[in-house]
Amino acid sequence: MKFKKPLLMFCTLVLVLMLAACGSKNASDSGSTTGSGTATEDKPAAEETLSGSVLAVGSTALQPLVEQVAQKFMGESQYSKIQVQVQGGGSGTGLTQVSGGQANIGNSDVFAEEKLDADKAKELVDHQVAVVAMAAVTNPDAGVDSLTKQQLVDIFTGKVTNWKDVGGKDEKIVIVNRPASSGTRATFEKYALGTKTEDLQGSIQEDSSGTVKKIISETPGAIGYLALSYLDDKVKTLKYDGVEATEENVASGKYPVWAYEHMYTKGEPAPEVKAFLDYMTSDAVQNGDVVELGYIPASKMEVKRDKDGNITK
Amino acid sequence: MKAIDERPVGIADNPRPGRFKKHHMEDFAGRSYTTICAILLIVIILSIVYFVASKGLATFFKDGVSFSEFLFGSKWDPDGNHGEPQFGVMPFIFGSFATSILAAVIASPLSICASLFMTEIVPGWGKKLLQPVIELLAGIPSVVYGFVGLTVIVPALRDMFPGQGIGIAAGSIVLSVMILPTITSIGTDALSSLPRGLKESSYALGATRWQTIYRVILPTVLPSILTGVVLGMARAFGEALAVQMVIGNAPHIPRSLFESASTLTSVITLDMGNTVMGTAHSNALWSMALALMFMTFIFVVIVRLLERRNRI
Repeated sequence: MKFKKPLLMFCTLVLVLMLAACGSKNASDSGSTTGSGTATEDKPAAEETLSGSVLAVGSTALQPLVEQVAQKFMGESQYSKIQVQVQGGGSGTGLTQVSGGQANIGNSDVFAEEKLDADKAKELVDHQVAVVAMAAVTNPDAGVDSLTKQQLVDIFTGKVTNWKDVGGKDEKIVIVNRPASSGTRATFEKYALGTKTEDLQGSIQEDSSGTVKKIISETPGAIGYLALSYLDDKVKTLKYDGVEATEENVASGKYPVWAYEHMYTKGEPAPEVKAFLDYMTSDAVQNGDVVELGYIPASKMEVKRDKDGNITK
Repeated sequence: MKAIDERPVGIADNPRPGRFKKHHMEDFAGRSYTTICAILLIVIILSIVYFVASKGLATFFKDGVSFSEFLFGSKWDPDGNHGEPQFGVMPFIFGSFATSILAAVIASPLSICASLFMTEIVPGWGKKLLQPVIELLAGIPSVVYGFVGLTVIVPALRDMFPGQGIGIAAGSIVLSVMILPTITSIGTDALSSLPRGLKESSYALGATRWQTIYRVILPTVLPSILTGVVLGMARAFGEALAVQMVIGNAPHIPRSLFESASTLTSVITLDMGNTVMGTAHSNALWSMALALMFMTFIFVVIVRLLERRNRI
């Protein structure tokens, strides 16, 4: 009995310290400028054995790809001393943290200029690692196969509220949207609709692609939009102005609803961060993991687009 | 045995002189540990309050949104996509209150009956059976509730009522299941701590069991049960994930219970990751967090008042 008391005390102390650690961590994580995640300043002596840690934070749309590539990257023998950590949190979080110096890489669905102030965005270096395309999808029984841009605009701004007005069944249209701040929605509004839309009374907003797909597939008359990797026969994929949402059409520039997936660094990346980004854009990863997870390799694109939406061949 | 008997007992010649000093040491150590723990807790809570308040008040002082516009405005467009940015959170406050009050209305009768069943009607196997079930309910993660709600409740409501099934009704049904354990366990505690004499004297006067429950027991434990209801509402008010999955998240005051609506928490979780720290949009979300915290304080105050009444 007697020896247990100090043990108990010790346990309590440990617990208290752990709690204390938790408490102060929360406080400093959310405080924006206390740099706690930058352990990459120490320069490695030799080129061959890079070491250090890389923290990539941001977009949940890009997260599965970065996670998978990070696992592979750490498995390679020449990079085995580099620790890559991947976190979600959304494009806004990614850009904030890379700009504030808490993360080495900020993953984003949108150009930094669209979220950050111009002078902050200027400090960031853009690495475009993949392209993600989106398609408008409906519940299979809406009875529509293709919509024009104008019809989509009418639907998403609430001018058209019944499928029969755009050539479908007599069924009420239910809009399943993304939150107004989401990168996916920004892409869809910019390249498919060409206009910002309001959240209409009665429209549904969900932030995960899985939930959006589930609701669209179950709700009669539902319309929404999903990345190509989420499409299957549970939902009806619509043609956009008669163009089918396929990889070829995106690459050739015929299908306009796509966006780059960005990995931003603040200034030129440190050697171990650069190693990871190079690995990300290497042919093996671009033609392997990127395609496998339903993204389109940036290298395959025959057209390029800048942050203002200008397209060049 | 023998050795103990032979030793003279007394304070003057204490057999182990270091003993009392050791007790003092132990006392001091224990006191220090607990004090440190208590101070730490207070510091953590105060710093969280300070942090949320400093971020949340920036909406009013830095971004110049007026207080009444924030609380009573019904238009939410923080990025200014359609002209001036607008920060009306009335729809969310309405959604939060509507879902949590409705959840309490659904859950309270069920919980009160369950606790009566466990303590008064069938104290034996009733308690043995129900207690683990209730504890299990309390342990289910909210994601699971949300997912079940989305898969079962939403389609069911869609079939039964006009609308998409998503909305305040679905949200409050999911929440009512989540707050059942809170109300039930507090109700059960209150009922089982009732003095036996009260019930027995009621029986002795010739009252039936129903009369005893209805006229004696329930009025006596009412403040405690109300405490449970308020705590349950506080939990419902703060719940984010499960509600977000089934409520639809449209930033409008819905026209019916089956139309997409939002709560304070659902908007915060939906938008937080996509906004950049320090922008007006992010600050507005912090203000909503501040409003949530303020509401929780009010709930705590109500519970305190009820407890005070209960003591008599």
